[in-house]
Amino acid sequence: MTTIIQFVIDALTAGSYYALFALGIALIFGIMQLVNFAHGELIMIGGYAVYVFSDMPWPLTIAVAVAVVVLSALLMERLAFRPIRGANPATLLISSFALSFLLQNVGQMIFTTLPKSTDVVPLFTRSVDVGGLTIGWLSIVTIGTTALLLCLLAVFMGRTETGVQMRAAAEDFEMAELCGVRSNRVIATAFGLGGLLAGVGAVLLVGQTGSISIGMGLTPVLFGFTAAAIGGLGSLPGAVVGGYVLGFGSALLQQFLPDGAAGYRDAFLFAGVFALMAFRPGGLFRVAALSPRV
Amino acid sequence: MLRVESLDVRYGRVQAVRSLCLEVRAGEVVALLGPNGAGKTTTLTAIAGQHRKAGGVVELEGEGILGLGPQPIARRGISLVPEGRRIFTTLTVGENLRIGASARRDRASVEADIERELERFPVLRTYLHSEAGKMSGGEQQQLAISRALVSRPRLLLLDEPSLGLAPVLVDLVFDTIEQLRADGLTILLVEQNASRALDVADRCYVMRSGELVVSASQGEIRAEDLADIYLGGRNHS
Repeated sequence: MTTIIQFVIDALTAGSYYALFALGIALIFGIMQLVNFAHGELIMIGGYAVYVFSDMPWPLTIAVAVAVVVLSALLMERLAFRPIRGANPATLLISSFALSFLLQNVGQMIFTTLPKSTDVVPLFTRSVDVGGLTIGWLSIVTIGTTALLLCLLAVFMGRTETGVQMRAAAEDFEMAELCGVRSNRVIATAFGLGGLLAGVGAVLLVGQTGSISIGMGLTPVLFGFTAAAIGGLGSLPGAVVGGYVLGFGSALLQQFLPDGAAGYRDAFLFAGVFALMAFRPGGLFRVAALSPRV
Repeated sequence: MLRVESLDVRYGRVQAVRSLCLEVRAGEVVALLGPNGAGKTTTLTAIAGQHRKAGGVVELEGEGILGLGPQPIARRGISLVPEGRRIFTTLTVGENLRIGASARRDRASVEADIERELERFPVLRTYLHSEAGKMSGGEQQQLAISRALVSRPRLLLLDEPSLGLAPVLVDLVFDTIEQLRADGLTILLVEQNASRALDVADRCYVMRSGELVVSASQGEIRAEDLADIYLGGRNHS
């Protein structure tokens, strides 16, 4: 029984990370049709912000780090993507690659290539015993924070005027503009929310690894994209489900792969993703905006 | 109210609209007719701000609006009911109607206007909290019209509102246009059903191959004459 519970906790923890990153990517893709590879650099900025402000009391460190990422995401939209809005997806994609490399190089100039280490919240390294089960506080915080953010985001998207406008813009951006929806505000909000999710993800990631490096955002973004694609790129519930599908897949492989193959877990995981995408190329959730209209 | 002068719209090398001039006076219903590919929809979308690089002049009550983009134009009081409806299928009917009010500055009376639309098209109330994509084509058309009206437009652009609808719903659409005209709303109507369009319109323009070929008042032109005009048999009157 404890093995099963431990498995579920591991899967939920991994799934929460993936869902956070996938949701940030899906939010922007849904509205702009932009696959933003520079999302990984937002995570990197979050990591270095934690490092730079680590002398502050930890709640302040986290708040400032997340605020820095949100601000960076808003600047990214204003300076890099707004001027090319409406360009074809290939131009947007290449621009996001260029921005990603640019930010990595700027990071390298400021912080060098040597990884930094920091201990965000001392509690993250401790664990708690519950009925013979050892659960890391980081897992509890990761699962709890992600659940809270998902609930808040669901309320925002469903109940607020801007949230509803974001959903409309994600389905038919042109029509939303024709209805008078302020495109600048909607897109900036999507980037801001994406930044919030990336910032929280970065803090949790630093809490997990204790290490900050220039390339720290690459793997999370790869998993985030994969999770978003599993769910159906552009679908917000899809991104969350995709994140948890990936998390459970990863935990299952970790649990059942023989010792010799355990090192290749991600290869097996992505083979599974490949098979899934072959059967459902559009992902688990059909996105209205990407479907032919009748 | 609306003055279009020498409007030119191109899609790459193809000139979809050429030197188009038209006028819609306050309170009028004006029909824009023509065969497929004549440039009617392009004219409407250019007025609504979708072709920022269009040439010429488009003025709404004396203010030049060409090149402003769709959102500022919507905020100036032009609302488009597009061909194919383009309702937000994943949003509820209520949310679709609220999106229609996005351009409004006076938020206080939005709910009252939504209620008025639910009375105009009672079927919308049935689906108020359901995804709009679940409705039939005719119901979606009613929603598309209501969504536009919730914005309290000064000028309503209707693009093929009866296309693909059952006869009873076509009647409903044209009855609604009559009602709106009686309320004093200014309408520019693009419609394939020429005979119905001519019945409700005060004036009409006919386009062919991107150009205006006929301008006529009510009674000056009959639906039977249109086939001849579409085929090139008559020029400006």
